[in-house]
This record gives sequence, C-alpha cells and structure tokens, in this order.
Amino acid sequence: MKIGYYPGCSLLGSSREFDESVRALAPALGLELVEVPDWNCCGASSAHVLDHHLALALPARILAQAEAAGLTEILAPCAACYNRLSTARDALEKDPALAREIEAVIDLPLAGTVRIVNILEVLDRFKDVLPGKITRPFAHKVACYYGCLLVRPPKVLKFDRAEDPQSMDRLMAAAGAEPREWNFKTECCGAAFSVTRTDLVAKMSGKIVDNAVKHGAEAIVVACPMCQSNLDMRRPEINAHLGAEHTIPVLFITQALGLAMGIDANQLGLQRHMVPAVMAPAAV
Amino acid sequence: MSRIGVFTCHCGENIGATVDCAKVAERTRNVPGVVHSVDYKYMCSDPGQSMIKDAIKEHGLTGVVVAACSPRMHEPTFRSAVEEAGLNPYLCEMANLREHCSWVHEKNDATTDKAADLIRVMVEKVKHNTPLHPIRVPVTKRALVLGGGIAGIQAALDIANSGHKVVLVEKSPSIGGHMSQLSETFPTLDCSQCILTPRMVEAARHPNITLMTYAELEKLEGFIGNFKATIRKKARQVDEKLCTGCGMCITKCPQKKIPDEFNEGLGKRSAIYVPFPQAVPNKPVIDKANCTFYKSGKCKVCEKMCPTGAIRFDQQDELVTLDVGAIVLATGFKVMRTDKFPEYGFGKYADVIDGLQFERLASASGPTLGVMKRPSDGKEPETVVFVACSGSRDRAKGVPYCSKICCMYTAKHAMLYKHKMHHGKAYVFYMDIRSGGKDYDEFVRRAIEEDDVKYIRGRVSRIYEEDGQLIVKGADTLLGGEPVEIKADMVVLATAVQAQDGSEELAQRLHVSYDPYHFFAESHPKLKPVETNTAGIFLAGACQAPRDIPETVAQASGAAAKVASLFSKDELTREPVVAVVNRLPAPTFSYCVGCFLCQSACPYQAIEAEEIRGRDGTLIKTLAKVNAGLCQGCGTCVSTCRTKAIDIQGFSNEQIFAELMTL
Repeated sequence: MKIGYYPGCSLLGSSREFDESVRALAPALGLELVEVPDWNCCGASSAHVLDHHLALALPARILAQAEAAGLTEILAPCAACYNRLSTARDALEKDPALAREIEAVIDLPLAGTVRIVNILEVLDRFKDVLPGKITRPFAHKVACYYGCLLVRPPKVLKFDRAEDPQSMDRLMAAAGAEPREWNFKTECCGAAFSVTRTDLVAKMSGKIVDNAVKHGAEAIVVACPMCQSNLDMRRPEINAHLGAEHTIPVLFITQALGLAMGIDANQLGLQRHMVPAVMAPAAV
Repeated sequence: MSRIGVFTCHCGENIGATVDCAKVAERTRNVPGVVHSVDYKYMCSDPGQSMIKDAIKEHGLTGVVVAACSPRMHEPTFRSAVEEAGLNPYLCEMANLREHCSWVHEKNDATTDKAADLIRVMVEKVKHNTPLHPIRVPVTKRALVLGGGIAGIQAALDIANSGHKVVLVEKSPSIGGHMSQLSETFPTLDCSQCILTPRMVEAARHPNITLMTYAELEKLEGFIGNFKATIRKKARQVDEKLCTGCGMCITKCPQKKIPDEFNEGLGKRSAIYVPFPQAVPNKPVIDKANCTFYKSGKCKVCEKMCPTGAIRFDQQDELVTLDVGAIVLATGFKVMRTDKFPEYGFGKYADVIDGLQFERLASASGPTLGVMKRPSDGKEPETVVFVACSGSRDRAKGVPYCSKICCMYTAKHAMLYKHKMHHGKAYVFYMDIRSGGKDYDEFVRRAIEEDDVKYIRGRVSRIYEEDGQLIVKGADTLLGGEPVEIKADMVVLATAVQAQDGSEELAQRLHVSYDPYHFFAESHPKLKPVETNTAGIFLAGACQAPRDIPETVAQASGAAAKVASLFSKDELTREPVVAVVNRLPAPTFSYCVGCFLCQSACPYQAIEAEEIRGRDGTLIKTLAKVNAGLCQGCGTCVSTCRTKAIDIQGFSNEQIFAELMTL
C-alpha cells in the first residue's frame, strides 16, 4: 500500500522520534511512504493568526505538490499539520472562488483531489492484520491521549466520537495493552503556550499527567508531537507545579506499536525522550 | 352567453401599493364576456361581499372572478357570498393578485399588466365552469384515540362525554403515559398521580370508552367518517376477564432483576408484572423476552400461583377490525436517551441521569420511595447539578428546536431536591430561561429567590468522575465566560424531547405529514393547529411538538371538540373537487379502457373497479371508478390516464386549456 507522506517541521526537529518510528513501522505493516516533493511549512503555529490567505496558501502549495506527484492521499503524522491541511482543504473545497485565488497565489494548479489522513486513521486500516504482527505484547496499562488537534473542529475532521474518541484505545488493545478509562482524552495540553507561558503549560499538562497516573496508567500514548513534547519535555515544570514525582513516560502510538511488533527501541527513537521511556518488555 | 362579473381587491396596501387596481378594473371591462368590473379596497369585508351579491342580482351574472389574495385564504368566503346570491359557488373563481403579482413584483406598468392578464385567464376559466355539488358521505360516530397518556385520556373523556363512542388504544400494558411517571407538576407542585389516576379510572369505567391496552394500530383504511382500523391486541398471556389483579402471580416469579421501564431503569421488575401499582387496567402481562418458561420451557410458577386460573401461556395476538369516523393521534414523546454527548458521560456514570429518571427518584412511588438517593451507591447527594438544554437548541450535535418543558421541570427538580434536602446545594446551568406560561416565571423566581437554587448562565463543557465525585466543568457567561467547576454528587441532564419511536412509520400508515424531527404536522400552524392534512385525523399533545400538561390537555379538548362537531351530523359534505371517470352512454360506456394505471398511481387508494354488465348479466367492460370519499383531488390519476378518461371536477382539460390559450 502506497501513501503520500508529509512529515512537516516538527517531525524533522523536536519530534524526530515520531518520524523515525513512523518510518520504522511502515515497512513492517507493508506501507510505502512517498514523501511529498519539495514540501513547505504548513503554517500551523502562526500563519492563521497573521494572514488568512497565507494560512490557506501554505497548505495549498503542499496539496498542489502532492497532486502533481500523482498522490491522492497524504499522511500527516503531526496533528497540527493534519489539522491545518484539513481545515485549509475544507475551506477551499467549500469556496471555489477562493480556491482559484489561492491557485494564483501559489502559481500551481490545484484540483483538490488529495485527501489528508492522520496517523490513527492509517493505523486503523491495519487493525485486522495487526494482532498477527504482535510479537512482544505491550502489556501495560495505558492512557490514550488524543489531544485537541486530531478531533476538533468535528465538522471538518469527522473523527470518531469527537468527545470520547476510541480508535487509539482499540489499536493499543490490539497491541496487548490495557487502555484505561480516564478523564482527559481530549483536554487541551496548552501547547500554544509551550514557550511563552510555561506556568500555564505546567498547570494544563499537569492535570493530564496527574489524571492518567491516578487512573492507573503506566504510560501515556499520544499521536501529536505537541502533546508529546509538552507532557515529556515540560515534566520538571509539571512536577514542580503538582508537587509530585511523576515518571510516567509519554510514547507515540507508533513507538508503542513498534515495540509490540518487536522493533528495536533505538530504531523507534525511544532514547530521545526526556522522561525515560524504556518500558519493561512483557513476558511472551 | 356568459355574463361575468370581476371584482378587483386592493387588499389594503398589499395589492393596491404595487398594482393600479382602478386601471385593472377599467381594462377588464373590455374582456369579452365581462359585463361588470369594479375595484374596492377590502373585497372580503362585509360591504365588499355585498357588492358581489348585489351585482349578481342586478346584472344577472353567470360567473364571478374575485381578483384578490390567495384562494387558500378567502375562496370559501367569496364562494359562500356567491351562493347566498343564488349562484352555484363553483361558478366563482379567484385570481391571485397578491402572492402571484403584487408581493413578488415592483410597482410599475408591467405589474399592472400582469394583474390584468391573471384576471383574463380566470375569466376564461369561469366561462367553462359548471355548477358542482358537494359530496355527501355517511359518518360512523365512533372515534379512535391512539395513545393513552394524558392527551389521549383527555380527548377520549371529552368525546365520550359528548355522547359518542371512543376506543382508546395504548401500546403499553397501562394507560397513564409519561404523566404517570412524574413526581410533582409545575407550577403548582401538586402530585401528578393524584390528579391523573382518577382520570385513568374514569376513562376505564366510562360506558362510552372501550379501553384497549397492550394494543397497536396495525392498518388503517378508508376516509373521514368511514375509517376501518385494524388493531393488534398483543397477547398478555393473561386472561383479562378472569384476572382479578390480586398480584399473586408476581410474588414467586424467578426473574426479578429486569430493568423497570416505568422507573426508567432505576428499579427492577419481574417477568410477569404490572407496570406500576396504580396501573389501569390492573392486570399483569408476561414479558416473553425475559420469562423463564419462554426461554427454557420450564417454570410456569405464576400459573400455579394464580387463584383464578387466568394465566394463558398459549394466548396469541388478536387482530380486531373497527369502523371509526375520526381518529385522534396522541402518541406522545420520548426523551433523548443517548450517549451522543460523550462529554456528559450519560450511560458511563451511573449518577448522570436524565429528567425522567429524576422524576422517578423524586416520586413517592419511585424506586427510593421519594428519598433522594443517587443511583450508584444510594448516598444522599449533597450537591446536584442540573443541565438544561442537553441536546436541545443545539444545531451542532442535538436538535435545533427548544424542548419547551425543560426550563420549568428543571426549576421544579431543583426545588423538589431542595425541599427534600434543605442543606443540599442545587445548581442549574442554563442558556436562557423560557418560562412563558401562567404562573411559570413566578415559579422559576421562587426556585431562585426562595429555595436558593444557584442559576449559572452557561453551557457545561464536560462532566467526569474523580475520587467518587462528578466534576462539572462549564462557564459562567454572565461573569464574562469565567470557567466554573463544580464537584457534584449527581447530575441531571434535561435532555431533548423527541418524537416517539416509530412515529414516522405511523404517520405514513395514516397519511399524515410529519416534520423533519418526526413530530406530526398540523394542517395550519395557526388556524388549524389540531387538524392534520388528512381529514378526520386530529392531533393532541407532544406527538406534534414538545408540550407541557396544560397545553396538552387544552389541545386534547380541542381535538375532541373537532371530533364532536364532526359527529354532530349524520352526513358529511365534502368539496366536490375530486376526480371523476367520464361515463358516456352505451355502447362505449366510457373512454376508460380499464388499464388501471390510475389505480397504481393513486396515493389514496381511491380508485376502484366497476363492472359494467348487460341486461342479461354478461360482463361488458371493467372500468375505473373514483371513490369520492377517498379522493383528495391531487390529479395524479389524470396525468397517468392514457385515454384522458379522468378529469378533476373544476379542473378539466378544457378549463385548463382555456386558461392557457388566453395568455
């Protein structure tokens, strides 16, 4: 199975382990990733607050490049990229006149034929073959954390049960984990303030980490690089705020599945986490 | 030779402001066949109608055209005026100058020209009109009421008290409906059962009412005054005649843990059961899906216990056919019970309940005997949060309409809670308070001011459980959107009022229209609020839209009054605008070739086969025949007839072509 691949900047920078684990997992699942040629920044963090046209033109150029390369579907593992690309695609599809305007800005033809999919959607397609590939079940209690960018706004993203999503829980259960019922599956982690207001991040992410631990989770599993870096990198601030010593690791779903499928921890980038994420292998 | 009179109305400013009515009347005078043409400000007024009547007599008119508003509005007015002057009412036609011209165009010469054209068209039609006479059909003076809630009970009692027979059909084992589940009622806080159960008994004992519980409408045929209804009486497995309602059968039933429908799942019942102690009739039913005997073939304990031998394991459903003249639909509502709002955790947390469940918790006859105990552990809830508009007025996820009763019942719930637990805290999250009704706003003020219920204007975003308590997160929009977090022991969601399950299918079976939310649609939102588009079928209560008790009762009485007035005559007259199959004398008998395409096209099953036989009894021909009682004059048969043998009276091909050729 062939699919377009848009890593975006976070997967090449702060969340290299996400990129590494996606690339390590893909061949094991029989998935061929074709990187979008000459891709650019999607503008997720700031373009939409600066200029509406810029916020549409940046994703539009990526879509146009994918189209030119003959792709019909691109995987955007980063939740912010996924959200930005989907929102822009939706806006252009609903307003053909605007789409023609943006076409002129990017100076590329744009037919609007490319779909954007997130990592959970792609992994979900392998749910039937996945159990057969599990060699070292990820036998831990986990809190599946979806964050906000994958599920909101529901009208555009059409995620399963936006307020109580289930797909990651199903995938982790298939990998041998025990997903816990907990309260903050889609709560905001405060990523937008990650740099400017770490005190707020400590408070918001703190609630998430604390709740996951309270509900017996041994690991938090995520599908968004912002969530991951906030819960992982800001752990000293979080613990200081909570007055606790939470050591619960935060793994990307691709890393957790990769481990369960017997892929080497270093190949999955697990050594890159701030909070040590070496999970005791389960007894087979 | 036609002598047509044309009467052009200004409709105040409605037509007069854009159409030069005087000029139109002047021009119309020259149309061939017109002998009289005038204009007047309000043709529908008494002097306006007198003008028409006088002109008919004075000028010996053979036809009248009133150029005014929509025929929907005033055609009956002008037709009866014409009739009073001695002319057949169907020799009067209307040209719609308002909706078809003045309201949709600017004021200019073209608009005036169009008005004159519309009149010319109708003048030509009237020249081809023939006198028509109302159709008379007999009336069966017995009504069928579907639904045994307060709406159905009230309608049945009112019809019965006016001296007519009523059959009251209820699908569940007892009448009483949702009202019998309520604890106290707003705004008087009187006990719901205390005011309802006497009515239930009255309905059961009334000599004019036949009660059929545990029964459903299977099929309906016929038309106003002459319906034939087939009712399925579901097998109770209990002989109603022998059963005395002693309750012995229930005592030893081994299945005791079945969620109780009457208590909204908060209580348990046995497999042979009476829905609630005050049920009417007080006769049990066996729930076959949960009965040990039907599941394993062994048990029959109830049969052994019954002192009168009333248990009938071999009882089968029974189909009963009834002739009825009118039907009142009173099938009620349901509340949205769903986990469609995962953020509120309904179905996930035992202590997040809906309004009807709270009614049962607060009710003296409920599972806790009226003591405030939360469902999860029976603890007295010290803090209760009420969430109004859970799914109502929510285009994104719920229904866009206002469920109407929640503001009031939420205030009532909070008040009842505070009356039972003075030290407890009650919070209400609301969008705005809609308490329009006699003594309603005062009731809500009382909850806030006297019973210290805390009202917070804002939506709840999330409810989750932490350390055995429910955390309710929301915003106070009167404090500029300040986040609010309340630790509650119980949450009550005022979930949306929805149409009863299966209402869409029932509407189709009865040929009644319904809205996008499957509530039954009234014939006219203002002037025909209890009628449906199918003559002889009336509406009462929350099957039409969310309703409170006073409004439901008033509407039920309204529907009953309509039925009584229908039954006040031995014959009904109907508009003669129906289809007819042409009948020429022998040897052709009719253009109709008996293909019966019209029969398959007719949406009202109004086409019958008629055999034409010679003097010696031999079959000459089979023709289509229109049952004028059933025909609604839609014209579908006319358009499918290959030999042009069918016409709608008053809209024949000749008449329509005359109109078209005039333009």
